[in-house]
Order: sequence, then structure tokens, then C-alpha cells
Amino acid sequence: MGQKIVAVTGNEAVANALRQVNPDVSAAYPITPATDIMQRFTSFVSNGLVKTEMILVESEHSAMSACIGASAAGGRVMTATASQGLALMWELLFIASGSRLPIVMALVNRALSAPLNIHGDHSDGMGARDCGWIQLWSENAQEAYDNTIQAFRIAEHMDIRLPVMTCMDGFIISHSIERIEYLDDYAVKNFVGEYKQLNPLLDIEHPVSYGPLILPDYYMEFRRAHAEVMSKVPGVVLDVAKDFEKISGRKYGLFETYRLDDAEVGLVILNSAAGTSKDVIDEFRNRGIKAGLLKPRLYRPFPYEEVGEALKHLKAVCVLDRADAFGASYGPLFMDIASSIYHYKNKPILINKIYGLGGRDYLPEHAELVLNELAEIAKTGKVKTFKEYIGVRE
Amino acid sequence: MATPLSLKELSKKELLLTAGHRMCSGCGAPPVVKMVLLASDYPVVASNATGCLEVSTCISEYTAWKIPWIHNAFENAAATLSGVETMYRSLKKQGKIDKEIKFIAFGGDGGTYDIGFQSLSGAMERGHDMLYICYDNGAYMNTGIQRSSATPLGADTTTCPAGSVVPGKLQERKDLTKIMAAHGIPYVAQASPSHWSDLMKKVRKALEIKGPKFMNIISPCNRGWRSAANDAILLSRLAVETCYWPLYEIENGVTRVTVKPKEKKPLVDFLKPQGRFKHLFAPENEWLLKKAQDDVNAYWERLLKEEEFTKSEEVPKEQ
Ligand SMILES: Cc1ncc(C[n+]2csc(CCOP(=O)(O)OP(=O)(O)O)c2C)c(N)n1
Ligand code: SF4
Ligand SMILES: [Mg+2]
Repeated sequence: MGQKIVAVTGNEAVANALRQVNPDVSAAYPITPATDIMQRFTSFVSNGLVKTEMILVESEHSAMSACIGASAAGGRVMTATASQGLALMWELLFIASGSRLPIVMALVNRALSAPLNIHGDHSDGMGARDCGWIQLWSENAQEAYDNTIQAFRIAEHMDIRLPVMTCMDGFIISHSIERIEYLDDYAVKNFVGEYKQLNPLLDIEHPVSYGPLILPDYYMEFRRAHAEVMSKVPGVVLDVAKDFEKISGRKYGLFETYRLDDAEVGLVILNSAAGTSKDVIDEFRNRGIKAGLLKPRLYRPFPYEEVGEALKHLKAVCVLDRADAFGASYGPLFMDIASSIYHYKNKPILINKIYGLGGRDYLPEHAELVLNELAEIAKTGKVKTFKEYIGVRE
Repeated sequence: MATPLSLKELSKKELLLTAGHRMCSGCGAPPVVKMVLLASDYPVVASNATGCLEVSTCISEYTAWKIPWIHNAFENAAATLSGVETMYRSLKKQGKIDKEIKFIAFGGDGGTYDIGFQSLSGAMERGHDMLYICYDNGAYMNTGIQRSSATPLGADTTTCPAGSVVPGKLQERKDLTKIMAAHGIPYVAQASPSHWSDLMKKVRKALEIKGPKFMNIISPCNRGWRSAANDAILLSRLAVETCYWPLYEIENGVTRVTVKPKEKKPLVDFLKPQGRFKHLFAPENEWLLKKAQDDVNAYWERLLKEEEFTKSEEVPKEQ
């Protein structure tokens, strides 16, 4: 298990993971805060450190289009984007997943315009959560690195063949230096293995047609088949995590729980803000308040049953969303958590806070405020507001 | 050796777009595609933009394509194929594939002149080894004959219908062939299915040239042109003979008009058989008819001058 300890940014870690995976083709277009990944990667290309053929396209729409073509052709493909770039890819995201193409994309989460904002926020990833891709979310650079490597194995698994988006917070993680452990190149190469083709377009002896028109007579069967494949994803994610633990010593599940087993109040939160929350939970524990946390990792497909089981014993839970779902009553993560505990007779009281939009800092005092409120709800059973924005000017 | 371009020899070759597709009978697009694929002695992998050709040739469990074929979306046939071609180069470099394969993208005028223009321009600029073919029927036919930037001046479409105030399309066509030539790519050509041998020679030539190539091929649509179902080839011939659709190529900056009609027919010969131009023959629209003819004359004159002018740039063939 030769591992190297380094101090790098999230983007650098992801770029290094991509170098180690060494894909056949990549197509990309610059957008902050993801640009840096591809800049670093193209320097690997220019210096002969990878075999990857780059396609430096004229838009993200073409980036994803070219990734689709390259993946259908029959090889390993990756790209990276954020925010407006992901929005521009929108129609192709469904085509990539509907065509069952195992493309891996690093998404560096950033707010959506308008107003224009380049900072960390989950609106981009949340907007694309139901497009048939697998989504893995990452708290820190280490997780982003580890998820990137595992993403290829999950995407390319013969029972799955679906694209995977790996998410990390823009700037907060992408541009901050952390201590992380790199696997050695050989271990990563072995772990991802040789790419296995499935119906490659370049097999001219066995011509295939990709992208048919499917009328009402069969369309629904196609969509159901996609849904069925989605249901196999959690099992594969866990298998891949087990193999990954063997080479890294690092354990991954469908989600992470922190001091949750005996907790009475809990936070559910994605990505980097989970780290801050854990520190505050420790303080509350020291004060005798049984607080815990759940941080989703596999966000699509969402492991409803497992999450429900993990949360059902709590008295009060706050779901913190770094994106709002305009017009819906609650944030997107809240709605998933609510669905996962809906079936239980005894279940926690759920509240929702919207935080950190457009890179607004999530501070320990925000977690404190929420945990105090949860403790009060647990005691009295009374809720003042089910949903509100925190850390915002009134 | 390449299959000679004789009907006798070509008739022995397999058609790679099979019968049984669902395009309208008499549509110009299937013969265009068949000619293009017949011209190649190399295996071809194709991409196809959303449009009539795409929706009608690969429905549910059926496909009319005997070659590897990919449809992605409407505006990205070029970007998609650039991905396929790049994967081919990658796998070839790695020794995982050794065959010589050619890459051809097919797009309608809407998918090429308009919504797919950026994708096309980008792919050409990047220098992918591929041939992009636009089958130009002058409107968004698949969605019901809406105006595109390839729609001819004065034509009646469902979004610029000829009415009592607006006499059809008021703008001239975008000159896409020249715009592609301005990309400085090694080969650009216009062709017509009426002149099959000219068309196939151009495809052949294009496939032998490394790098990005573009061909614009007129493709009559009886539904949209409001013409007789059996007139596709006749109309494409009249398009050439009236100089509405000049047959020419631009190879490394040198323009060559490949077919010069012995006698240049009046434009009305091409317009008359088409219902989409019917209103142009009303007295109040005479000016438009005249403008259409003037435009064709001017364009043709300019093209001949361009041929003359660029001749000097021709690189002498090695003996
Ligand atoms: C992004 C997007 N916009 C619009 C459409 C609807 N659409 C599908 S085909 C088509 C027209 C195609 O026209 P053209 O490219 O000229 O091909 P034709 O059908 O005439 O052969 C349109 C507007 C679409 N599929 N995707
Ligand atoms: S509508 Fe026109 S272009 Fe489309 S299939 Fe029919 S004839 Fe061909
Ligand atoms: Mg058209």
C-alpha cells in the first residue's frame, strides 16, 4: 500500500487521479472553478505523462457531445465542468445516461447565474440530479481524489454502464490546500483495470446504431430498464468501495454517519460543510447533547432505505441545503431525506435550512444555532419554522 | 484499387442504407446518402444530426444503417463525430485498432447552417479527419417545413408563410459553403444527386484528403418544396442548370467549377415546379422574382471570377 502524503488542492488531487487513471480521450472547456483540473491535465498530456487524446472544444455542449461520441466509439472518457458549463450540457446529460455510456465527469460545484457568481454552491449538481447519472459527493480533497478513482470502476461495471459525476465544493475544496494521501500509479492502474468495451461503434465488423428514435411502443420499457440499472448501483458502489479499501485503507459507504447511532438530534449535510459540522457536533457531545450527522456520498441513486434506517431513531433532524428548489417548499436534499423517512411510523421531526449560497461561508456558529434549535425541538416537540435561510441579511 | 465509378461496377456494391427506411417516397436524402456511402471503398462510421434522415432511418428495433452509426442530438453531429474520430486516433496509437476507417457526419441544413453551426465550425477548426455532409433541403422539414437560414429567398415556409403583407422569406440564403471555405480547411464542395458521378468523385477526393472536409449537397424534399414526388432528381438537375446550385469545389484555396451548364437556364425553370414559390408569380411579387434571378446571376459571375482568380494559386501537380 505505497501511499504518498502530499499537500495539494482539490483540483490538483482530481487532476492527479485522472492522470493515474489515464483515460483514452477527454474533451473539455474552461470554466471556473473546474478549469484548473483540465489545465493541469493538459500539462500531463503535453509532457507525455498520459496517453489521453484531448479535444479542446468550443463549448461545454460540444465537450459532452464529443465525450458521448468518444465513449460510444469504445474507450475510457472523462471531462470536468461546473455551473453554467453543466447547464449548457443539460440535454446531453440525458443522452449520455440514456445511451448507457460510462463517462466520468468531475463537477466542481458552483452557483448558477443570475446573478453571476463563481463560488461554491450546489445548485448546478442539484439541477442535474435526476438526469440518469450516478452522483458521488465529496467532503474534501481526499474524498474527491478517492471518488474520482472509484467512479471509473462504478461507471464501467458491466451491470451498470452509466456515467458518473463526482462533486466537490468550488473553491472551498477545489482551491484549498489539504493534506491527502495519493495511491501509487500502479495501484490505481490495477484498480481501474483495462477498459472493457461494450458495443463499440468502431467495431466495423459488427455495426451498431446508437441513438435511435423510440416511439411510445417501447420508450417506457427503456426508461424502466434505466431505473432498474439504477437500483443495482448501490451494491456496486459498496463492492467497489471494499476493493478500494484494500488498496487505500480508506473506508467508503453509501453515506457517512458521524456519532449518529445514539444521537437524538442530527444534521444531514453534503460536501465540505460536513467537516465544520462535525467539529461542532463534538462540542455539543462534550456538553452532553447527543448530536450526530449524516453526510450522503452516493446522492444518485439515493439510498432511501439505508438513509431512512440510519435516521429513523432520531428525535429531530435538520437538513441543510446549499441550493434551493424554487417553487418547491423545501430544498432538494430535504425532499430526499423526507422521502426516506416518510414510511416510518415513528420518525424524527424534520426542519430545513438553506445555507452557503454563492460561496457564503458556513461557520461553526451556524451549526451551533441549528443544533440548539434541534435540541429545543427534541425537548418540546414544537417547531417554529420548518424552512428558513441562515447566514443571510434580513 | 478503387471501384471504378461506373454504374456497372457500382451496382455490384452493397447499399449501406437499406430499403425499408421511413423517409417519404421520392425524398432526395436517401439517394444522397447512398451515393456518398457507395463512393467510399473504406469502411465508414457515421454520425447523424436529428432531422428527417435520422428519425426515419433508425426507429426502435430497426435500423437502415449497415455501417456503425450514431445519432446524439440535433446540433452536435460534428462534435459527436469529433469524439468518435479522436477515440479512433487514440486506440490506433495504442495499437488497439489497425483498420483504416473514414468518418462522415450527416446533417440537415437546420442542423448545419443554424443550430449546429458552432459545433461544425469548432470541429473543422480543430482539424479532425472527417467529412461533414450537409443535405440541404432548405428548411426544417422534420418539424414541418419551418424557415432555416438555408431557405431560399421568397420561399413559403410554415414560419415565413407567404401572405398578403409578407411574401415568404425576405432574406437571402446564408452562404455556408463559402463560410466553410473561409475556415481554411483543405476541401469544400457543393454537389447534387442529379450529377451523381460529380458527387461521388468529390466524396472520393474528400476521403483521400487528411483533415476536415465539408460538402453541401442539395436534397429535394417534395413535402416542403411542394413538388411532385418523382421530381427530386429533375429538380436537383434544374438547380444546377439554372446556376441556383453551382457545382464547385475549393481545394486548398483553389476554386474549380466542376459543372458548367452549356446553356444557363432561367431561374424560373427551377422555381415553377415548386409550390413553395407559387406566390412569386403573382404580379405584386415580380420584384422578388427579379431579385432572386439577379442574385443567382451575380453569384455565378462572382464564382467564375473566383475560379479564374484562384487558378494562379494552384500548386502544380508533381510529374
Ligand atoms: C435542441 C433542439 N431543438 C429543436 C429540435 C427540433 N427539431 C428536430 S429536427 C428539426 C429540424 C431539422 O431540420 P434540418 O436539420 O434541416 O433537417 P431536415 O429535417 O430538414 O432533414 C428540429 C427543429 C430538436 N430536436 N432539438
Ligand atoms: S419531409 Fe422532405 S426531407 Fe423529410 S423525408 Fe419527407 S421528403 Fe424527405
Ligand atoms: Mg432541412
